[in-house]
Amino acid sequence: MSTSSAFNDEKGGSSSVGEPEYGHDPASGGIFSSDYKRHDDLKEMLDSNKDSLKLEAMKRIVAMIARGKNASDLFPAVVKNVACKNIEVKKLVYVYLVRYAEEQQDLALLSISTFQRGLKDPNQLIRASALRVLSSIRVTIIVPIMMLAIKEAASDMSPYVRKTAAHAIPKLYSLDPEQKDQLIEVIEKLLADKTTLVAGSVVMAFEEVCPERIDLIHKNYRKLCNLLIDVEEWGQVVIINMLTRYARTQFLNPNINESLLEEGGVGEKTFYGSDEDEDEDEDEKEKKAEAAALAKRKPYVMDPDHRLLLRNTKPLLQSRNAAVVMAVAQLYFHLAPKAEVGVIAKALVRLLRSHSEVQYVVLQNVATMTIKRRGMFEPYLKSFYIRSTDPTQIKVLKLEVLTNLANETNISTILREFQTYIKSMDKDFVAATIQAIGRCATNIGEVRDTCLNGLVQLLSNRDELVVAESVVVIKKLLQMQPEKHSDIIKHMAKLTDNIQVPMARASILWLIGEYCEHVPKIAPDVLRKMAKSFTNEEDIVKLQIINLAAKLYLTNSKQTKLLTQYVLNLAKYDQNYDIRDRARFIRQLIVPTEKSGALSKYAKKLFLALKPAPVLESPFKDRDHFQLGSLSHLLNAKAGGYQELPDWPEAAPDPSVRNVEVPEWTKCSSREKRKEKKVEKPFYSDSEGESGPTESADSESDSASGSESASGSEESGSRSESEESEEASESEEEEEEEEEKKKKKQKEVKKTVQESESEQSSEEDRKHERKSKPRKSDTESESDEDEESESESSQSESEDSESEAEVKKKKKASEAKPPSKPVKKESKKEKKEMSLLDLDDFEPSPSPQVTPVNTFLSNSLVTDLEGLSLSDSVLAPATIAPSSALKSYELLHRITGEGLSVEYCFSRQPFSPDANMVAVQMQVTNNATTDTKNLHIEDVKLQSGMRVKEFPEIELLAAGETATAVMGIDFCDSTQAANFQLCTHARKFFVSIQPPVGELMRPVFLTENEFKKEQGQLMGMNEITEKLTLDAKCRNEHAIVQRVTTAANLSRVPCGSDKECRFAGRTVTSSSLVLVTVATKEEGAAQLTVNCEKMVIGTMLVKDILLALTQ
Amino acid sequence: MIHSLFLINHSGDIFLEKHWKSVISRSVCDYFFEAKEKAVDPENVPPVLQTPHHYLITVYRGKLFFLSVIQTEVPPLFVIEFLHRVADTFQDYFGECSEGVIKDNVVTVYELLEEMLDNGFPLATESNVLKEMIRPPTILRSVVNTLTGGSNVGDMLPTGQLSNIPWRRAGVKYTNNEAYFDVIEEIDAILDKSGTTVFAEIQGAIEACVRLSGMPDLTLSFMNPRLLDDVSFHPCVRFKRWESERVLSFIPPDGNFTLMTYHVSSQNLVAIPVYVKQNISFFETGSCGRLEITIGPKQTMGKTVEGLMVTIHMPKAVLSVNLTATQGNYTYDLATKVLVWDIGKLNPQKLPNLRGSLSMPSGVPKPEENPSLNIDLKIQQLAISGVKVSRLDMYGEKYKPFKGVKYVTKAGKFQVRT
Repeated sequence: MSTSSAFNDEKGGSSSVGEPEYGHDPASGGIFSSDYKRHDDLKEMLDSNKDSLKLEAMKRIVAMIARGKNASDLFPAVVKNVACKNIEVKKLVYVYLVRYAEEQQDLALLSISTFQRGLKDPNQLIRASALRVLSSIRVTIIVPIMMLAIKEAASDMSPYVRKTAAHAIPKLYSLDPEQKDQLIEVIEKLLADKTTLVAGSVVMAFEEVCPERIDLIHKNYRKLCNLLIDVEEWGQVVIINMLTRYARTQFLNPNINESLLEEGGVGEKTFYGSDEDEDEDEDEKEKKAEAAALAKRKPYVMDPDHRLLLRNTKPLLQSRNAAVVMAVAQLYFHLAPKAEVGVIAKALVRLLRSHSEVQYVVLQNVATMTIKRRGMFEPYLKSFYIRSTDPTQIKVLKLEVLTNLANETNISTILREFQTYIKSMDKDFVAATIQAIGRCATNIGEVRDTCLNGLVQLLSNRDELVVAESVVVIKKLLQMQPEKHSDIIKHMAKLTDNIQVPMARASILWLIGEYCEHVPKIAPDVLRKMAKSFTNEEDIVKLQIINLAAKLYLTNSKQTKLLTQYVLNLAKYDQNYDIRDRARFIRQLIVPTEKSGALSKYAKKLFLALKPAPVLESPFKDRDHFQLGSLSHLLNAKAGGYQELPDWPEAAPDPSVRNVEVPEWTKCSSREKRKEKKVEKPFYSDSEGESGPTESADSESDSASGSESASGSEESGSRSESEESEEASESEEEEEEEEEKKKKKQKEVKKTVQESESEQSSEEDRKHERKSKPRKSDTESESDEDEESESESSQSESEDSESEAEVKKKKKASEAKPPSKPVKKESKKEKKEMSLLDLDDFEPSPSPQVTPVNTFLSNSLVTDLEGLSLSDSVLAPATIAPSSALKSYELLHRITGEGLSVEYCFSRQPFSPDANMVAVQMQVTNNATTDTKNLHIEDVKLQSGMRVKEFPEIELLAAGETATAVMGIDFCDSTQAANFQLCTHARKFFVSIQPPVGELMRPVFLTENEFKKEQGQLMGMNEITEKLTLDAKCRNEHAIVQRVTTAANLSRVPCGSDKECRFAGRTVTSSSLVLVTVATKEEGAAQLTVNCEKMVIGTMLVKDILLALTQ
Repeated sequence: MIHSLFLINHSGDIFLEKHWKSVISRSVCDYFFEAKEKAVDPENVPPVLQTPHHYLITVYRGKLFFLSVIQTEVPPLFVIEFLHRVADTFQDYFGECSEGVIKDNVVTVYELLEEMLDNGFPLATESNVLKEMIRPPTILRSVVNTLTGGSNVGDMLPTGQLSNIPWRRAGVKYTNNEAYFDVIEEIDAILDKSGTTVFAEIQGAIEACVRLSGMPDLTLSFMNPRLLDDVSFHPCVRFKRWESERVLSFIPPDGNFTLMTYHVSSQNLVAIPVYVKQNISFFETGSCGRLEITIGPKQTMGKTVEGLMVTIHMPKAVLSVNLTATQGNYTYDLATKVLVWDIGKLNPQKLPNLRGSLSMPSGVPKPEENPSLNIDLKIQQLAISGVKVSRLDMYGEKYKPFKGVKYVTKAGKFQVRT
């Protein structure tokens, strides 16, 4: 045994994929036989039937992986357990699988089918986890399977599964970049998702796969802005960073008008700069002036979308997560108008209390910011004071910030602070402080002498490092005004005896050479000493010695000629070629020979030219061309995958790309346009006006819908719902939006509101609008028409609060109306002959907000028509819901309501403010002896996703009177009750409305062929069949139709066979198709079939219809 | 995003590794070890390192390095914040975040890491969600588990992830419903030699321990919310309510969490609770120095100062100290040159005093800088800024919870320069 294992080891045969199972062990664990035995032992445990043994084995294996030990030889034994029932075993197997699948591709394939099965599981969490593991297995063969799984998951009902799909996208992309195009399609689809859960993950996928496809963001921009506050922290960071880049490409520079003012600062800096720099700056100035001139011609107006982004990110400065705060800070720094950037300072200073790593990153960014916008952090100067306990890297960064913040007013405080720092024990920090002092001195002329004196005192410091650093800094300072400071130069010349730090020695030598005319006596002496020690000096010092020699030779050749010769000779044989080169070059240049060219005449000019003083610059200057907060900014080098922050565009690209598909009337950006549209569509604009419960809120009423009530209750401070976080978030959004509206009633903004809320519904609205427009003349009855114009006129009367434009528009609208009337009247007669099949087009009332008269009229019309159609033999019987037989439910009993009784029924009419809502018609009767005032709805408690559109407050209900109101409820295709309080001026009553499943749908018209086709697609799980015996009274076709349509809001589908009745509808919220078939047989036997995508709805519907048909 | 994570102990052993994408060899850590060697002090290791193919982002927590390997651009704070969140989670699960504890619970740790990141992007970081999926170990459970082969993995699926309040787990039930809030304020100050304040500010935090059944909706309001200048919130707090009404309205996570942190506006003068008289001097000629420190109460608002402690990082030249303390006792660590004087309660009648001599090797020049003193103290039942909670209301649940608010003032980074 041992020999065989040793042999295997010599071969170097570690586990390879193709080897048979048992071949592994001796190979991998060969040297330590105990190891081998242990693995054997583990295998046995894994093969056992006991979960506890398996678990123990898996735990030990995972512990091995964690320690970095190779456990790959156990792969076959482990992978067998992938379908284990025990959740923990399963999880640990997943951990193992993901770790080793890449190495054992063939064996890993064995597990794939388990995950594929998991993908179909009815439990969303299992689907999600299956996708997660499947996509984590890095095996190229399964790319198509992954692709398919991702695509499927991207349209899953559960947002959690969709989130997982978003996570899987970058995994697949890294495995096979060729899938990019397909993946982009999925990303595009997921970007349109409206849930906060998905938003962060999909933007992360977007950033990894296709950050260049900025066009995908347009349509989702406003939604992302609005969702942002509710997205989880990590997603927020990714979204904010992406939106920063987006905004840079789409909006104009908000500071364009201020660039002129900024120039003052630029000019000041160039004062010390070289001529070249100045030229550049001149160019820049010109450019800026041009830009400014351009800007002056066209005053800058911030794009409302730009504003939206700034406003929606601002609250996140209060996040507990430093990364989020930093992301918002960089967004403001890069995008906000100068006056608004200040808000981020406080938040960033707050982060300085955090862990030292956070401090490190934040200070780096603050340092960059302080160069551009010094004023912002000035009030927080003291927060950057240094403690002796700070780590050195933090100290140095704080010092950098303090230096950047220094100006004439605070320099004395800062210098006093610096004085304490210089005494620190941390010498690196002291050196940094000295440099900082140097920079303050160059930047602020007033304190230059003070600083210089201070630094000179440091020259007598005992620590050599401190002295050396001071020398270097003094040298730079002296260059600015050397004539005044010959005594300092003398002092420094003396230092050459003691100071050993090469950089300092080199600095001193350069100084003496440069200003040798100020110290004519000392300079040759220094050269003498240096010549003596030349061979022992460092290279930089040697170079400076040569320089010094050359300069002295030119100014004072009498004394130094020989010394120079000597130095040059030494240098000629130096080991360093730079020094040899330099020596050769200088000898040719300064020592006149017969051969020496024309250049030697200019030697003096070359060496003794006036040199500009160096500019002491912050290392953080110009770092802001990297996006702040990024890794690249921190490293000051482009990291892999870094996306450049683009420059502002010269002219803003078309802002309309961000407009989303919403109904026409919200889409128009200006009032003029809107007016025009209204003229074109008088019908729709009317219904719009009517539907709003409040006058001014023609768009609000539609969008705010359910959550309006939530925000209302929040204001009243009596929120006590338990699971209303979504509402809460929604209402927060809502509030914000409302504010928005108040601020500027621009259509533009209202659109945003729409988008987040009811995109889907509005799309539908539009479709439906399009459909209904051309045909309305066919279908509309006169009674409706009258009703409409009545209410319209009453409305326009009461609309004094509206703007003039609004009134005009209304007028135009009403003007545009009359001509269409006659047409309608004419066509009314034709109507009877025409097909009435298309129920979609048949809209008795455009508005649920109507008085009882309306319902009455439309109902009677319906019955009329029903009668008509019944005479028609096969085709059109009972396509219309028998709305005359609407069932009423009690909402509030007379006794509990203290005289007030409320009944409601489902009117089965489309709720026009929001097509996703079910219209609920309420009949309120005041049986009491006193008047009831201010009847309204409050405190709506809903399951997540559900929304309510309240009826407008009934101001007065006199004793004995009855009023009708219509409200809309979006039940989200569930039979969950909507709970709310019915409030009068005196009392509140808790009530709830629970819809029968049949009311959650609206009828649709299908032809027989369409029906069959759809039914064919809804087989399997989506089909529910029940056998039943029909009630004795209900054996003819008419009765069946009657009962089914009473039980559910469906429409009859024509059918060739008289043994079958077919019905079709769609659920109100998700528009899932509902198909019902009742096939009759002899003696009252029948079979009921329901096909519906939503299985729950289907099951419940079967029960209800069964009940209706058998009783 | 985050590619791999290595946990490294103080002496430089990698004791745990986890990869979320392809495996990266642990040799990548060599760059880190190099930097660590150079930095001497672990606090001074740069948090972000660049290597030829990777970037290393490290945080140092509880004598452990959490080293993550990054391959592409990612905001460094994103990673740092996440790594700290990992450390917080360990602390939350195991009571402390140390090498021993992580090694003992390596499987749980691995499961946690698996759930916290997916493909390097944070997935579930809320402690409530994680605890639903992976139950924290308790002594009782570990005994039961070894007997029955049970597991720590929750058999319930984590519905928290699906909810709109991801920070709170569903179906919380307690027999005793209680909500405690600790208002903890820290004074950050720098005093100069003469005792005048160079810089002082107050940072506060409200730590909550909420054990309430169901889905309570809490509202906490302050007597004087204007004092709070800059705030940051746990994600559960409704920011809009704060903006408009200055009340904290939130559905709390279950268990312990930091509700908010705040900064008291710098216009208010900060009360400094103690004064320090100190005299540290080194003699030029002799190889010794003198030290004398007296601490007395200054603005304590009538409360007792407790837990008083003075820490001094002595210059390297100081070999040993010979001191006498009138109260408490002192220790001097010869290796790190740290002098700690643990005083305890401050008695205003009899001020604590520490005096004596410092000895240095002869011939060594006297240190230039006098060491600064770091003061630690604690005052119970006082929020030094004057912030006060006025009321706590609960909506959404019927029962009456037990409520409590506690105030503590501590010294934060409180330093006296000498």
